[in-house]
Amino acid sequence: MRDKLREYLEKNFGDALIREDDFRDQQSFYIKKDFFLDICRALLNHDEFQVKFLSDICALDWFGDREEKDGRFEVIYNLFSLKFKYRFFLKVRLDGEDPEIDSLSDLWHCADWLEREVYDLFGIVFIGHPNLVKIVTPGELQGYPLRKDFPLTYEIPQFSYNKDEPPEVLQ
Amino acid sequence: MNINMGPQHPATHGVLRVELELDGETVVKATPHIGYLHTGIEKTAESKLYYKVIPTTDRMDYLAPMSNNLGYCLAVEKLLDIEVPEKVKYARVLLTELTRVMSHLVWVGTHTMDLGAMSMMLYAFRDREYIIDLYEACAGQRMMTTYFRIGGLAYDLPADFDAKVKRILKRIPEAMTDYERLLTDNRIFRNRTIGVAKISAEDAINCGLTGPCLRGSGVNYDVRKANPYSGYEKFDFEIPLGHNGDTYDRYLIRLEEMRQSLKIARQALEGMPEGPYRAHVPGVVLPPKEDVLSRMESLIFHFKIITEGFKPPRGAVYQAIEAPKGELGYYISSDGSNKPHRMRVRPPSFVNLSALPKLVEGGLVADVIAAIGTIDIVLGEVDR
Repeated sequence: MRDKLREYLEKNFGDALIREDDFRDQQSFYIKKDFFLDICRALLNHDEFQVKFLSDICALDWFGDREEKDGRFEVIYNLFSLKFKYRFFLKVRLDGEDPEIDSLSDLWHCADWLEREVYDLFGIVFIGHPNLVKIVTPGELQGYPLRKDFPLTYEIPQFSYNKDEPPEVLQ
Repeated sequence: MNINMGPQHPATHGVLRVELELDGETVVKATPHIGYLHTGIEKTAESKLYYKVIPTTDRMDYLAPMSNNLGYCLAVEKLLDIEVPEKVKYARVLLTELTRVMSHLVWVGTHTMDLGAMSMMLYAFRDREYIIDLYEACAGQRMMTTYFRIGGLAYDLPADFDAKVKRILKRIPEAMTDYERLLTDNRIFRNRTIGVAKISAEDAINCGLTGPCLRGSGVNYDVRKANPYSGYEKFDFEIPLGHNGDTYDRYLIRLEEMRQSLKIARQALEGMPEGPYRAHVPGVVLPPKEDVLSRMESLIFHFKIITEGFKPPRGAVYQAIEAPKGELGYYISSDGSNKPHRMRVRPPSFVNLSALPKLVEGGLVADVIAAIGTIDIVLGEVDR
């Protein structure tokens, strides 16, 4: 399926492909954000490939890395064809300012929670999501914990010498 | 009427709150609320050397710690492109299959207790002890084992390993006969499970269900067969499939899976090759402890790995395994430093739980209990 998939994407979505990556025999396609939803819909409904299974959606933050020049955030879609038992990845780069991308919740039910988690932890907005609210972090938490610039705090442990003092939290 | 089920209700299997909108006894809308644990395991992994992440993986699915260890170790081994010795592969397969049995034992015990069968839980937990004893003999720990290492195992298999596994292989099938006598044709159990929390094959795929929840609907997808890892292609076993996609089918599947797991464990025990329990990759895999105490090179490598870790090449890998609850995947992105740039866990419980509204809406409120139980969630994995 590896070659057929490449040929199919190059033929039908040639303008959308940025590059292909084959690290450790895992096929990944970096694609442009604007074409992303069309590609997913086409793969889901394709008679031969039958990419029916959206295994996972996750993101990562390239803040401070040399990769940041291509877009700070990378959203990774883990797709699997049950027919061919073949797994591949679609990757989309997003800017650091107001990152947003189309939601897949109309195509896959599981995208609902997976996108909410990415939104909660990275602050990436999924356009068209029916209920984009926090899912795993407490309501009062400000910011997005999995961003690399999320401020980490440190609590001074309480021992006998400081047990009477209030707990001190360092930024 | 709106009611909250959980977050500390025994049948919610952890800190899960399900907000239910009812019309009489019928569930009109169900909204699961998660996020009470805030373990931050994925964030924690970014600040630890690769091998120091292993203990955090135990804490996610604490009913199947070895499966979590295996998924992570395989992902890092894939990132480093290293091959482990045959003995390690066999030992890992054997132990993770027994982990599946252990996890399913807890499932059958707690699920049936939710439905009112108290004695079943006591039997299942009693038989689980045999596997916990084996864990203790291998790792020195009964629950948070952290037994697998990147490139091998923490220690060699213990001297009484064979005897302990043989005891399990003899005891559990006998116990399962009792379970089946107690449950399979039990009228109350059948009434509470047949046709309850039904999901079609198409919906199950679209919801991203994996593991027994997916196979209960008749979809033949098991990572061990689809993309074999750790030498699974050498073992003879079958993937049981359901037909109706209801709670009863998922029960039958888990029971049959336990039998198949024991079959694999028997093959692994009989075919266990001799050899080292760690790969020989200086600077990456910790040398065996006995070498560290007697050889200067091993001592130096040990010191360097413990203090500095190792630096995999830039790149990202995904490694999935068939955990007791479904596809457990680790996505690790490396920026070339000695710590993961990003570690993402594809948790089967989280994705399976997202399908809960689909399973319970339109059903009775009493069946919500059966539906939560049949998904077999562990909240440590849901809220990483």
